Amino acid sequence: MLGSTALFAQKYMTRTGKIIFDATSKKSPEKIEAINNEVANILDAQSGDIIFQVLIKSFKFEKELMQEHFNENYMESDKYPKAEFKGNITNHADVNFSKDGTYNVNVTGKLTIHNVTNDVTVPGTITVKGNTIMAKTRFSVVLKDYKIEIPSLVADKVSTTTTITLESNLTQK
Amino acid sequence: MLFMRKFFLLSTLSLSLAIPSFAQMDSLMNMLDKGAPAKKDDVSATFKATRIINGSSVENLGFGVLDFRIDHRFGDINDSKNFFGIDDAETKLALDYGITKWLMVGIGHSVFNKEDDGFLKVKILKQEKTGMPITLSYNGAISIQTTPAPTLPSGDTWEFSNRLYYTNQLLIARKFNDWLSLQLTPTIVHYNLVDSTKFSNNTIAIGIGGRIKVSKRIAITGEYFYRLTNADMLYSGQKTYNCLSIGVDIETGGHVFQLMLSNSQGLTERTFIGQTTDSWSTGAIHLGFNISRVFTVVKPKEFRNTPTSWE
Repeated sequence: MLGSTALFAQKYMTRTGKIIFDATSKKSPEKIEAINNEVANILDAQSGDIIFQVLIKSFKFEKELMQEHFNENYMESDKYPKAEFKGNITNHADVNFSKDGTYNVNVTGKLTIHNVTNDVTVPGTITVKGNTIMAKTRFSVVLKDYKIEIPSLVADKVSTTTTITLESNLTQK
Repeated sequence: MLFMRKFFLLSTLSLSLAIPSFAQMDSLMNMLDKGAPAKKDDVSATFKATRIINGSSVENLGFGVLDFRIDHRFGDINDSKNFFGIDDAETKLALDYGITKWLMVGIGHSVFNKEDDGFLKVKILKQEKTGMPITLSYNGAISIQTTPAPTLPSGDTWEFSNRLYYTNQLLIARKFNDWLSLQLTPTIVHYNLVDSTKFSNNTIAIGIGGRIKVSKRIAITGEYFYRLTNADMLYSGQKTYNCLSIGVDIETGGHVFQLMLSNSQGLTERTFIGQTTDSWSTGAIHLGFNISRVFTVVKPKEFRNTPTSWE
């Protein structure tokens, strides 16, 4: 009984994680970037399992037309509404979830974007503060790996790789 | 027995090794799914632009978006004296603005009849993936003809109200799938002044428009306004025809370029619905284009004040 309660208490969750992606090409006169403030994220401190889920339509662009093109032409969000990461913090044993501090972690797992799944390994940090933890990471994604085509017409604006910055504040459940 | 026990031990061992992470993933997944906010899944991009060709589509500009439009229609394509219409063009310049995501307004000036117009478009219902099957909008417009007043033989004054026209429309559209969208547009155009007392001041028409997406960035469009009443109305003594237009929408980075052929050279509802004096049957059609360039005037809240990246 005690064991199971303890296990249950070691899950952390949020639905308001943040992702910014930046696919601005070097020569582009305008920024190709978007913010998503509705990232769902759950972490099991016991096993190190971690899941991120995000609705593609929740990405906000500064220019509405860009947002429409992003959904309709690049991500096809009507067909593939979600992006998802399912993985594991390989060195989760190094993180002391009951002691405040910032820990470097490595996360490996499966990233699904545009209905294409790839294995990824990314570095990140976990900051423990009382009952909350903050997970942060930044990594690059090659758009071609996820069958997202950049037409030559916009090649001078949209980069073939995008930088994904993630910040998620989870609270204990 | 020993064998059985061994087997049992082995299988539990392998189970305990293999299953936990899957089972745990699933339970994490369930926790994440449970209590996830139910999102109404709106259908977006029924049309590429706020106009199908001449008439309004159910698309609105987003909040804080300004659209500068240049609508251009060349003269009759069979008019060889005017270089196949190139020398005889009509233009409308317009500014549209999204006040909220469901309300947009616009003003415009057309060369033809020196017409100034203003409109307001309100989105009333929005099509959803499951649930609401259509998008419904209202479009209301007023236009003022500003050509110099004619000299009246009796010495009467030319009333200002003679210059006014009103349009009321419902826009009922459905995006059937990725590539097909259709719109019905019941319309009443009120003409304060018509050619003769024989004609009604109101023309009731039904518009049907649609688009077929042929690639991610190109769509074929069509639009027809059929007049249910007042179809015999003359304009400046000339017979009038229903307006039929076909076009292509081409999406480039920052704007949508619309190319079309239409028997109407006029660019406001009152002209193309009731005062189209050219006919496809005589080849008196007009090549034209709409250029729309959008500017974000008010940034979305996510982009205000805060730096867009952080460390």
